[in-house]
Amino acid sequence: MTTTTMPSSTGWKDRKRYLWPLGALVMFLPLAGTQAYAATGWASTLWLTFVIFYLAIPLADRLLGEDTENPPDEAMPQLAVDPYYRWALFLSVPIYLGMWVYMVWFAANHALPWYGWLGLVMSLGVGCGLAINIAHELGHQTDPLERWLSKLVLAPGFYGHFYVEHNRGHHVRVATPEDPASSRFGETFYEFFPRCVIGSLKSAWQIEAKRLQREGKSVWHYSNDNLQSWAMTALFWGAMVAWLGWPSLLFMAVAAVYGGSLLEVVNYLEHYGLMRERRADGSYERCQPKHSWNSNHVVTNVLLYHLQRHSDHHANPTRSYQTLRNFEGVPSLPSGYAAMILIAYFPPLWFRLMNPMVVAHHQGDMRKANIKPAIRQEVLARYTSVAA
Amino acid sequence: MKKWHCLVCDFIYDEAKGWPEEGIAPGTKWEDVPEGWSCPDCGASKADFELIEG
Repeated sequence: MTTTTMPSSTGWKDRKRYLWPLGALVMFLPLAGTQAYAATGWASTLWLTFVIFYLAIPLADRLLGEDTENPPDEAMPQLAVDPYYRWALFLSVPIYLGMWVYMVWFAANHALPWYGWLGLVMSLGVGCGLAINIAHELGHQTDPLERWLSKLVLAPGFYGHFYVEHNRGHHVRVATPEDPASSRFGETFYEFFPRCVIGSLKSAWQIEAKRLQREGKSVWHYSNDNLQSWAMTALFWGAMVAWLGWPSLLFMAVAAVYGGSLLEVVNYLEHYGLMRERRADGSYERCQPKHSWNSNHVVTNVLLYHLQRHSDHHANPTRSYQTLRNFEGVPSLPSGYAAMILIAYFPPLWFRLMNPMVVAHHQGDMRKANIKPAIRQEVLARYTSVAA
Repeated sequence: MKKWHCLVCDFIYDEAKGWPEEGIAPGTKWEDVPEGWSCPDCGASKADFELIEG
């Protein structure tokens, strides 16, 4: 399991320790774009964050490669409670919120050509997408402060339902056909995205309705976590519209939709085609490491707070990012999530790369795979000979 | 008999019912549930469960 062994907990050093604040510092990137625009007057510089996200990061992932190191077991308890990591994560919250306000203000106060406006909104959208990942890490903690910050961080990008649905929906039903956020073999990202968002919204609403009913409260009770998150969004968006006028509503909405699409394209990668076995009584086997796609690429792992060590995350959902481990023999993607996103945007490429990997993972027995219902029979017929 | 609630996903462990599916007999007290056991729905550890009052 562990690839490197160290003598003792005192002797072990986390080589990524001082890299973790990068997840917060990347939130400054859109501001580098606006600074470059102010200095040069070239509106195309507003695409900076977008270009870094889609080109420089996948490239850096390739150049710097993988990091498979796990902390030794003796170092774990100390690592898990070291406040440094908690603060490194908290740091991202004010930077993101400040950047978000600044970008909306910037758009309202500069007469930009259309391509400049688009670059600006896409750069903010990258920030919104990364912020959902930060909210993801915060929302898995059991401390009330972290949980509240999670809702706060989801608010500017209008993704509050994720706070409810992810833990109590996705983690329960992951890698089953019932989960809106687990993608199916043969399903394109463009089919997955609307199915996932609509299904997740419905699920989030039902989960809270059920909880409140159990507590004898109305679904409209103020303690409804969905309503709380959406109220925060109304507050953020309302304040910006009151301050900067109606055009900023379009800007915030486009950034939110694009940011949400980034989270969902990552969801699309994480469990593609994988399925938990169904038992005779209709329940599913426990989620195991083999039910998630992983990557050890170091650049994306730092920027995403080890999200790509996804098997350990699903096995131990409250384990903090710095303690997530790499497991040998788990489903592994050929590259980090940043490069895989690009491939997911082109379904023929995605299928060509990933479908054989899903088939190999199931050793040809596609009855074990999570398949898009419309093509299930066809897929089974095609691979029966291999399975038999 | 007490009930314990998973803070991550709301799963409820009822001591009266146990969790026979994984060999935890009805009537097993929370402290007697193995330390390595985790939430059957979401995988959260025993430490992430809270006693339901009342």
